[in-house]
Amino acid sequence: MDPILTRIRAALLKHGRLSVDALTVAPDVNLYEVGLTSHCSVNVMLALEADFDIEFPDHLLTREVFGSIQGMNNALKGLGVAGGI
Amino acid sequence: MLQPHFHLSSAPHLTIPPERVEWQASFLGIDLVDVRRIRASLDEFGDRFERRLFTDQERMDAGPDPVVKVERLAARFAAKEAALKAFGLGAVGVNWRELEVARRADGAPILQVHGKAAIHLRRIGATHWALSLSHDGDQAIAIVAGFKNPSTPTLL
Repeated sequence: MDPILTRIRAALLKHGRLSVDALTVAPDVNLYEVGLTSHCSVNVMLALEADFDIEFPDHLLTREVFGSIQGMNNALKGLGVAGGI
Repeated sequence: MLQPHFHLSSAPHLTIPPERVEWQASFLGIDLVDVRRIRASLDEFGDRFERRLFTDQERMDAGPDPVVKVERLAARFAAKEAALKAFGLGAVGVNWRELEVARRADGAPILQVHGKAAIHLRRIGATHWALSLSHDGDQAIAIVAGFKNPSTPTLL
């Protein structure tokens, strides 16, 4: 699996408080529909920033970006994040 | 038509006092926050959580007492999220610090809107807004209501 996706799923597992399994939920599922709250999305954002040593710029702080694994994956790749650990 | 009888904050570019026009309540947002989870975020992310979400003034207003501080930060976080909902800012992409909870001289909280968030409010015609905060035990809640002057053109 794409290592970036794996790390996004790990952040969701720890901070997302989802009603579904963060490790298997489809990348395009609307996470707000499966329990992600605004506060949890902040925690996920901070966890990703720490993990990838980046800071999300303001224009990426949207419900669309943090509302799905795919959205976060696209945003991280747009910031030039590499998948290797 | 609603004639608000509580304190309204206004966009800085406006000079019309709120009592001079009739208002149309157009935007409403509410958010409930579990204070314990805000405390957990502070424990987990520390200073980064505070600096990312809150202005220096908000952090100062939260005070030095750790129990009171987390309650006040939780209420302020709820206010920011209520404003995001009220004005559809979650789709715009704004920094939480652009939605700042300040206090009037009498202690009443007001919402100050800055930067891209302020530009968005101007675009949607939200010229005045009101904020109410409350917390009890482990819960903090905030409501933001926005008002449109029907004579103000909406750019969207």
